[in-house]
Amino acid sequence: MKLHEYQSKTIFSKYGIPIPKGRVAATAQEAKQIAEELGGRVVIKAQVLAGGRGKAGGVKLAKDSAEAEQLATQILGMDIKGLPVRKVLVDEASAIDQEIYFAITNDRTAKKPVMIASAAGGVDIEEVAAATPEKIVKVHIDPLLGLREYQARDVAVAIDLPRAYWKDFVKIAMGLWQVYSATDAILAEINPLVITKEKKLIALDGKMMIDDNALFRQPDLVEMRDTDEDAPSEIEARRYGLSFIKLDGNIGCMVNGAGLAMTSMDVIKLFGGEPANFLDIGGGAGADKVAAGMRIILTDPNVKAVLFNIFGGITRCDEVARGILAAMEEVKPKVPMVVRLVGTNAEDGRRLLENAKMITAETLADAAKKSVKAAKKRKINS
Amino acid sequence: MVTLCRHKPCPCEGTYIMSILVDNNTRLIVQGITGNEGLFHTTQMVAYGTNVVGGVTPGKGGEWVLDKLPVFDSVKTARDATDATATIIFVPARFAPDAMFEAADAGIPLIICITEGVAVQDMMRVRNYLDQKKVRLIGPNCPGLLTPGKAKVGIIPGDIAIPGNVGVVSRSGTLTYEVLYAMKNLGMGASTCVGIGGDPVNGTNFTDVLEMFEHDPKTEKVILIGEIGGSEEEKAAEYITSKMTKPVAAFIAGLTAPPGKRMGHAGAIIEGGAGTAADKIKALEAAGVKVAKHPEEIPTLLM
Repeated sequence: MKLHEYQSKTIFSKYGIPIPKGRVAATAQEAKQIAEELGGRVVIKAQVLAGGRGKAGGVKLAKDSAEAEQLATQILGMDIKGLPVRKVLVDEASAIDQEIYFAITNDRTAKKPVMIASAAGGVDIEEVAAATPEKIVKVHIDPLLGLREYQARDVAVAIDLPRAYWKDFVKIAMGLWQVYSATDAILAEINPLVITKEKKLIALDGKMMIDDNALFRQPDLVEMRDTDEDAPSEIEARRYGLSFIKLDGNIGCMVNGAGLAMTSMDVIKLFGGEPANFLDIGGGAGADKVAAGMRIILTDPNVKAVLFNIFGGITRCDEVARGILAAMEEVKPKVPMVVRLVGTNAEDGRRLLENAKMITAETLADAAKKSVKAAKKRKINS
Repeated sequence: MVTLCRHKPCPCEGTYIMSILVDNNTRLIVQGITGNEGLFHTTQMVAYGTNVVGGVTPGKGGEWVLDKLPVFDSVKTARDATDATATIIFVPARFAPDAMFEAADAGIPLIICITEGVAVQDMMRVRNYLDQKKVRLIGPNCPGLLTPGKAKVGIIPGDIAIPGNVGVVSRSGTLTYEVLYAMKNLGMGASTCVGIGGDPVNGTNFTDVLEMFEHDPKTEKVILIGEIGGSEEEKAAEYITSKMTKPVAAFIAGLTAPPGKRMGHAGAIIEGGAGTAADKIKALEAAGVKVAKHPEEIPTLLM
């Protein structure tokens, strides 16, 4: 789960990381009022969960409150990478001397959190990493010990931060470590962390991603979830505890197990088709989940055929078959269905589906070929 | 030669490496044995012939399961009473980290964690703690282990695989069943199947298991089943290039997965352009590994 800049910075501030004065606004009038409170010169920043806001024209400097209102009107009407801008952050403008990159994230290879810093901040860190990897400093943190101050000091030295700023930098690093730990973050990023003309360190921008598996102990963060970037079908699937991702193809898939679901998509593509979605109904899925899955798949008008690939282990094929029957009764699908049942109680499952007018398949390759063919035929007929 | 055998006394003299993971000498306890999942799979494992010696559910110590398996309040008491050599964890995600710490502190050398959905910061703490204690962890978010005909420690359906000389290692569950089943249909058996799990931070990795297979006299060929996310397949390719003498065939899931989306498994995500299926296939092919186009093709690459 991603957090907006204004949400991230509010959390930063709670842990003692200095941020610019400012507030979030949903209307241009509010933006104007905030600008007046801040003395006029402000930055208006689009709050969307997409990178490259600046390049898309979603970040603008206003010299007074009238211009702030005008720019906020402009930005609030924008779409950035397909996402509507519903809020803007109005921040006091800072006079910048230097921009630094600083983040704490998970290093899955090292199995440890890692601090990443660079004196070349303010730009896309992946570009810096690709072009000038020597400008990036990485220091791993022992997850059992937590971040120690000397490690933060080491980072300050490594990015050539002048001595006068070490103390403040260490405070910010310790604060960001607390943010990362307390929120179960996958990423807590300050880009840029700036040195202002007034010789102060301030977190000008903030970005956070939270571990979905830890949301059970982060009720406050769950409240902050913005679902704008998720397709409506994905939100619906989440309600049923289904793992669903919408894609652009025309063959819907319903599979048990994430690896097999991904593989089913790949095999559809291998035989000339395009998958319409990723859907893992999980182990031991009952009729209600199967029905929900089928409904979600069929709300996509692109779908011209559906492939069911069920490998019964814990999941019993007869139960899935019952789910399919119940779902067909309810949804009354008009597209061809290809079904492959293997494993626990597969025979019983196949028998149940005998009269259901479904195309059956023995192997995954066979099932994929048949669904590709069914989807093509459908195209010509309709 | 890696000596990972912990048999006491040792019938294999440190040579039959895979047996440390699962064989008839394994004395297994089940954490969460009285829960739905735990009880169901304990029944299945016992039916398969796995030597389950008891279980743990705090607050239910003194009860019995399946009329013959004692339940204990803690892993320590269970280990003291049963001399368990391995534990399998079926507790819900929020309790799983504690279950792993408890098992390690009780001196159990092998932990298999089936649970899906453990928070990643918890897993980093668990992994670093277990490494210090030299405890081996399989999983979490995995189907466990199966040595066909000998023992199953996990949830892999026993009847889809036959004994043989092919070692199988995988990040996935049902995809692995698919491959074991395709092998069985061709009369190809498995020495041991190891599900290492789909989480970004886990215990045992591809390279660890490849090393065990390389040294296991019962294993002659290896099948590796990977997926998008992380760089463990690339590391495996490095190991295969430098150390592996046995032939390896592979399949990588996720060629059609969009970047930036978590494909069901917490660890299956292409981040910042890294961890794509295409990169992994390229690395494995460069290491001389035959990579299958679809899972049913994998066993044929080793025939």
